[in-house]
Amino acid sequence: MERREAIKWMLSATAAVAFLDRAAWAEGARPPVKGAAGYGNDPDMLKNYQPGDFWPLVLTEPQRQLVAALCELIIPADATSPSAAALGVPEFINEWVSAPYPGHDQDRVLIVGGLEWLEAEAQRRFGNGFTSLVWGQKSQICDDICYLPKAAPPFHQAAEFFRRFRNLTAGGFYTTAEGMKDIGYVGNVPLASFDGPPPEALAKLGLT
Amino acid sequence: MPADRHYDVVIVGSGAGGGQAAYTLTMAGAKVLMIEAGRHFDPATTPMFQINGHAPLRGAPTPDKQLGFYDGTAGGGWTIPGEPYVNDSADPRRQFMWWRSRMLGGRTNHWGRIALRFGPYDFKPYSRDGLGVDWPVSYAEVAPYYDKVEMLIGVFGAAEGIENSPDSPPGVLLPPPPLRAGERLVAQRGKKLGLTVAPIHRAVLSVRQDADTLPAKLHPQNPKAQRILAESMRQRAACFWATDCHRGCSIKANYQSTTVHLPPALATGNLEIVTDAMVREVTLNAAGQATGVLYIDKKTGEERRAQGRVVVLAAGSQESVRILFNSKSALFPQGLANSSGMLWRYIMDTPQSSFHGQVPLLEELPRHSEDGAGIHAYVPWGFYREQRTGQLDFPRGYHIQFVTGRQLPSVTTGSGLEWLTAGSYGRQFKEDQRRYYGSLVGFSSVGEMVPNEDCYSELDPGVKDKWGIPVLRFHWQWSEHEVRQAAHAQKISAELISALGGKSPKAPETDGRKVLTRGGEIIHEVGGARMGADPKKSVTNAWGQAWEVKNLFLVDGATFASNADKNPTLTILALAWRTSDYILEQMSKGEI
Repeated sequence: MERREAIKWMLSATAAVAFLDRAAWAEGARPPVKGAAGYGNDPDMLKNYQPGDFWPLVLTEPQRQLVAALCELIIPADATSPSAAALGVPEFINEWVSAPYPGHDQDRVLIVGGLEWLEAEAQRRFGNGFTSLVWGQKSQICDDICYLPKAAPPFHQAAEFFRRFRNLTAGGFYTTAEGMKDIGYVGNVPLASFDGPPPEALAKLGLT
Repeated sequence: MPADRHYDVVIVGSGAGGGQAAYTLTMAGAKVLMIEAGRHFDPATTPMFQINGHAPLRGAPTPDKQLGFYDGTAGGGWTIPGEPYVNDSADPRRQFMWWRSRMLGGRTNHWGRIALRFGPYDFKPYSRDGLGVDWPVSYAEVAPYYDKVEMLIGVFGAAEGIENSPDSPPGVLLPPPPLRAGERLVAQRGKKLGLTVAPIHRAVLSVRQDADTLPAKLHPQNPKAQRILAESMRQRAACFWATDCHRGCSIKANYQSTTVHLPPALATGNLEIVTDAMVREVTLNAAGQATGVLYIDKKTGEERRAQGRVVVLAAGSQESVRILFNSKSALFPQGLANSSGMLWRYIMDTPQSSFHGQVPLLEELPRHSEDGAGIHAYVPWGFYREQRTGQLDFPRGYHIQFVTGRQLPSVTTGSGLEWLTAGSYGRQFKEDQRRYYGSLVGFSSVGEMVPNEDCYSELDPGVKDKWGIPVLRFHWQWSEHEVRQAAHAQKISAELISALGGKSPKAPETDGRKVLTRGGEIIHEVGGARMGADPKKSVTNAWGQAWEVKNLFLVDGATFASNADKNPTLTILALAWRTSDYILEQMSKGEI
């Protein structure tokens, strides 16, 4: 099961952008730093890592600000947990699109191209940069691209970008301690015994 | 290791087969040298509670760590820099993915710990349906070794009386953990479809082992072995029901060679281990008997030799096959011990397909830890009657593994839910995640492959690895049997989702080709040097002893004559113990 998921994830990173007009979208994507290497096949697994520990981060400052704004829009703060932007998710996305592994270069094209589209669309609709828009204006753009099956044909490429960006934002957020707590994960602590589900859970399932 | 030292037994590989052989042989007093291609590994360095948020790329799989950052594999994967292999076809579906581990303990450090016995049918498949071949051993002959291995490594599970999934005798298994909420729901709803949900058997200590009585059962009349094993068992803690077994286990609650086999074997004083040593070939004397192995010291690049009265190959099925190929000589021009021409043939993996859905009933259950110890339940194959009466269009079975509940979040958590959320973002997205997380159920069929002529390896005529050792060229193709089996599993899995009141993002696939895993993807590759009753049709006899070289043995998956829908490790362990007993007996008789 996990192996299958691992492979699917790796494949989806390459397949997602197969239909993109790469020439048009690749313009703003910096090439990866020459000679940048991964972490190798025998890394120290006991250390805590930060984006930038292994390979340089390639997003420009304006791109980083756009990433942070979009992270904030997709996972804002609420009564339960902070926003994705407050938990280092923009840095994770920067790490992701900067990574020297196969598939990540295509994600860089998709995401940098998407960010450029987003900025141009904000200018076209509201005469202002995306980060300067109010929430209602931002959502007006995002409503057109948030769901690929319902997106109008001119928005398909942007919707593909948004889907990927949202997946990465979720993956970045829900793997933090705060994100795990938000979603209801209370494991990863040693227990003296495994007692199975509590009676309330069984009652809810009609299994008592 | 002194270069002129002569060992009783030289073992190549330190995983399941090599670990078990080293354990059994050294406990009985044999002097053993173990040679491992990878580096030394200390299980105390296992990452246990690290969360994915602390890993590069949130722990996502990369070409460096192909099953994710925290997977317990060091220096290995389906590809390894400097250690290529070749596929004959450019078509991915005709390619074989070869997972190798390069660390002490091999793949036992990361394996899934599912420990099901092959049943009576599984050892005699040809007799039942005319396909493949029978093993030269029966379940009854292997059963005592399954008992011993289960007592040694610690396996939880229950006696369920399932057809062709043998129960263990009383007192052998450890108690199974309770099933999770989702597992119980599948059990209740599966019944209506005629499917049984049973506690699975896993090599995990649900409670501590009985160090006072088990050693005497395993090593009667050997007080030293009893004392060493008791001490080793006391070093192992019971599972604390958290952290993923694929990472390995620093508290030694699950089986890995490095926590269960090697510590007591070393404590006997009879085991030496050489790591970073890549074996190229088995060396022979003029009479065609094995004298030891030739290996490359990876740190210096120098060739070295190790000498032994007996050579045991446990390098991982295809690596052992490769060593035999590379040991060809004037006496054995087709590869060592290959006059039958059966070396290289009939490689098998596990055919698998997956199907998932979302179950509203499981949404937002009261929060509790569902980590447990991997999966606690499975659906054993239960359609023997239908198969016997010709109601199914494929010959062999599969069991279903399934994952439910709130698992440790990974980089894919929250991904791909648009079909449920209609593309929500913002506060609604957070609400949706709280609702759907833990309500997804994924089913995977874990099937039996019928050995076929299209799955084999040979030495590539040109390509060599970085030490100049010729590499394998693979050929692969599933047959219609596996394709139809996968389609059936899709249908049954979809029926299960419906029975749970759930729905799926897509319909079950009717063309099994589209959902089958690739050859080698499940990392259950076995075969390539099958055992048999006839020297003309097999490479080894029923004890893994090469027909043509009586002091050469294989104890990894290479000798498998079939690959049942049971994960292979437990059977590798049982057969390795059996072979080791035979080696001891033959040595004491002076036969080898």
